[in-house]
Amino acid sequence: MEFVRKVGAAVINVLSYLGSLAALGGRAAFSAFIGPFLGKPVRFRSAVEQAMEAGVRALPILSLITFFIGLILALQSAYELRRFGALNYVASAVAISMSRELGPLITAIVVIGRSGSAFAAEIGTMKVSEEIDALGTMAIDPVHFLVTPKFIAMVLMLPCLTIWANSMGILGGSLFGVLQADFTWSRYIRASLEALFLRDVVTGLIKSFMFGVTITAVGCLEGLTTSGGAEQVGRSTTRAVVVSIFLVILVDLVFTTLFFFLGAH
Amino acid sequence: MPGIADPTRPSTALDGPMISLRGLRVSYSGREILHGITFDVQRGETLVILGGSGSGKSTLLRTLVGLEKPTAGEVWITGKNFSAISDAERDDIRKKIGMSFQGGALFGSMTVGENVALPLREHTKLEDSTIDIMVRLKLDQVGLSGYEQYKPSQLSGGMKKRAAVARALAMDPEILFFDEPSAGLDPIIAAGIDQLILDLKQAFRMTIIVVTHELASAFLIADRMVLINKGDVVALGTVKEMQYSTHPRVRQFMDRVPEPAVAQELDYLQMLTEQQPRQGSPSPGRSR
Repeated sequence: MEFVRKVGAAVINVLSYLGSLAALGGRAAFSAFIGPFLGKPVRFRSAVEQAMEAGVRALPILSLITFFIGLILALQSAYELRRFGALNYVASAVAISMSRELGPLITAIVVIGRSGSAFAAEIGTMKVSEEIDALGTMAIDPVHFLVTPKFIAMVLMLPCLTIWANSMGILGGSLFGVLQADFTWSRYIRASLEALFLRDVVTGLIKSFMFGVTITAVGCLEGLTTSGGAEQVGRSTTRAVVVSIFLVILVDLVFTTLFFFLGAH
Repeated sequence: MPGIADPTRPSTALDGPMISLRGLRVSYSGREILHGITFDVQRGETLVILGGSGSGKSTLLRTLVGLEKPTAGEVWITGKNFSAISDAERDDIRKKIGMSFQGGALFGSMTVGENVALPLREHTKLEDSTIDIMVRLKLDQVGLSGYEQYKPSQLSGGMKKRAAVARALAMDPEILFFDEPSAGLDPIIAAGIDQLILDLKQAFRMTIIVVTHELASAFLIADRMVLINKGDVVALGTVKEMQYSTHPRVRQFMDRVPEPAVAQELDYLQMLTEQQPRQGSPSPGRSR
């Protein structure tokens, strides 16, 4: 009986957490897309700053990581492909797995580490130092003021970063292709482009958009629900990273399944 | 419930009370913190809410500014029931109140000037140049001229408090709330903050509500005082009435007599360490 009660309580906790996430994401989306038409303009400058921080400044580390991932993918697929003398399929294997799966996912994980955690820490610190309350007493909506600019920055930047990550992955794969599989640079790039359908890239971008929503909602919710002192901010930050990674992979699974069955006919 | 024949509804006339509390109850996760608070704050008066730690005075203040929702009872501010109006109306009232938080609650990512300008930028359509002038005026008022470009982290505790007051004053509020204005400040700086409150009171005839446990500061700035204990109003009156009150709880607070439970706890410690319980020592426990 005790066991059933615990399971029930855990399920309720999870559901209410998902509900809070959806509510926060919904409010941010409302104030980003509909608010401006109701006379509540978005804080554009803040959104640009967030886009710089979450997007542009992530480029160096993201480039390096996805270049390596592309190279690893090439090596791993070549390990199997060379048994069939099909090394020239390395280009398409790398291009497809980067665009459909690893580009969006690796980008999301890098962004969680850099920005999701930062959102939780920033908003959590503001919460424990009563700054969020101060916004309330000044009749300023904390979601509109803090979450919406981050939301806009993330849903714009994540797809952009993903395109960049895909390209860097293909570049990484081409290093192997040229050195070990008798490709020339131009032939490798052409083979990659031929292997890719627009659908592969677009499904990746749709996923990365959803990852952006998820990471923002989790990071900001963890920040806004911080209570207590400085050590709670640390805990919120950790939770933001762990929960974001889990939910991003869950969202990935859901959308990949969806695309699999949609693409079947 | 703005019914016509509602006897509990306070007068909304201009000379009516600025703030009315009617049977206000507030709970946190099932535990009731305030058990039915009722009192009025008159227009232009300075009311000091006194109480020990954990008495519920901070919760009371947070409920007054709408950061906590009452579980029962009503908060009337400027003739409107704060808990029964739309969000837009509530925001309108919030634009007429200013709140100075205990730690200042200045936004660390902005300069002092931007902090003071924020409510003006969010709620008015004033030109940037006009806002700059108003920011300078507000900072002058609190004695922080020339600190526009400083970050809050570069200010001392007292200066942060002053900057927070400047931000609270930005929208020319009718009501000003202070949460522990002198907490964590040395006596001289604290006296400076008291003086600032007195100046604001005289210059603008603002309604000011201060939550504190500093008696000296309370006697200096208050017109009336209300003593809160364990979530109930113990006494309410003018400074004189409180000074000469014979109510045991008021006397205890005014004369700074420690809680008997603290003595009992010492007994308990002694009992634990020496294993010689004193005769007739009651069971330990904090009464608040």
